[in-house]
Amino acid sequence: MRQLYGIKLGMARVFDESGEAIGVTVVEVKPTPVVQVKTKAKDGYEAIQVGLGEKRKSLFNKPQLGHFGDMTPMRYLREIRLDAPSTLQKGETLTVDTFKVGDHVDVTGISKGLGFQGAVRRHNFGGGPVSHGQSDRTRAPGSVGASSYPSRTFRGQRMAGRMGNARVTVQNLDVVAVRPEDNLLLLRGAVPGKPNGVLLIRESVKGVRK
Amino acid sequence: MANLSHLGLAPQTETAAKFNPGDLVRVHVKIKEGDKERIQVFQGTVIQKRGEGSGKTFSVRKVSQGIGVERTFPVFSPNVAKVEILKSGKVRRAKLYYLRDLTGRSARLKDKQTGNE
Repeated sequence: MRQLYGIKLGMARVFDESGEAIGVTVVEVKPTPVVQVKTKAKDGYEAIQVGLGEKRKSLFNKPQLGHFGDMTPMRYLREIRLDAPSTLQKGETLTVDTFKVGDHVDVTGISKGLGFQGAVRRHNFGGGPVSHGQSDRTRAPGSVGASSYPSRTFRGQRMAGRMGNARVTVQNLDVVAVRPEDNLLLLRGAVPGKPNGVLLIRESVKGVRK
Repeated sequence: MANLSHLGLAPQTETAAKFNPGDLVRVHVKIKEGDKERIQVFQGTVIQKRGEGSGKTFSVRKVSQGIGVERTFPVFSPNVAKVEILKSGKVRRAKLYYLRDLTGRSARLKDKQTGNE
């Protein structure tokens, strides 16, 4: 399966041949070097570890620098699981042109952390009535259970709490443009997280949407 | 939002030429009818420019048969073939929404060069 890691840059608007506007997310996928090859024999599973992002060399300690060998040390290390032993060796790179225009991809990232949110925003609850003599109930979550039976609130009851900052996957995004010269990937629609977030871009598991 | 203007997603078309709020412009719009394509002209006053980078748009207002009509165009849309500047109006703000509440003589703008009308 084709997989890549990239950095979200932000959103923009592009136009297709008919002049239709398309909202796109711009993802930067610089050539991503393989830092380590993991094998079934040694690590119990087949995978490659890739590095991306920049970080000052002085912020690494010696064991970390040793892991990179003579490569430039990188801010993020991420793994790509493989079914078969890796065909790539340490130091070889993955590039944007793994994908081409018209492909469909799934994008995984860490969503924006929204802090402590109420049930209306977090779980799309309707809230309470605004009129008919009600006060202070417009954004209340309502009942959280029955009475003396069961005398408790069931586990998993949706309530207010921390929202966002979780791993989220968006499926079936179109690849609108691939620009190898700038290491950019343009995907139709929105992807999880803020600009500068790390994204995993995979070939779509559900195939072609029509 | 992150500034993506350096990525060159916005083609430097002629439309991106300088015009400002208050200018009287003729916008040449490509219209597709079936497989035929023709140009339609929308003439009016630029009342706003908004957005940055490839999502930049501008709005043009005209009064047609007594009815105010406004259209918003993406600056970089390939369907906006050309923007002709007929006159530059003298204005003191960037968004001319106040023109919506004005009609007739009071809705006119002074010319930047001559100071007339």
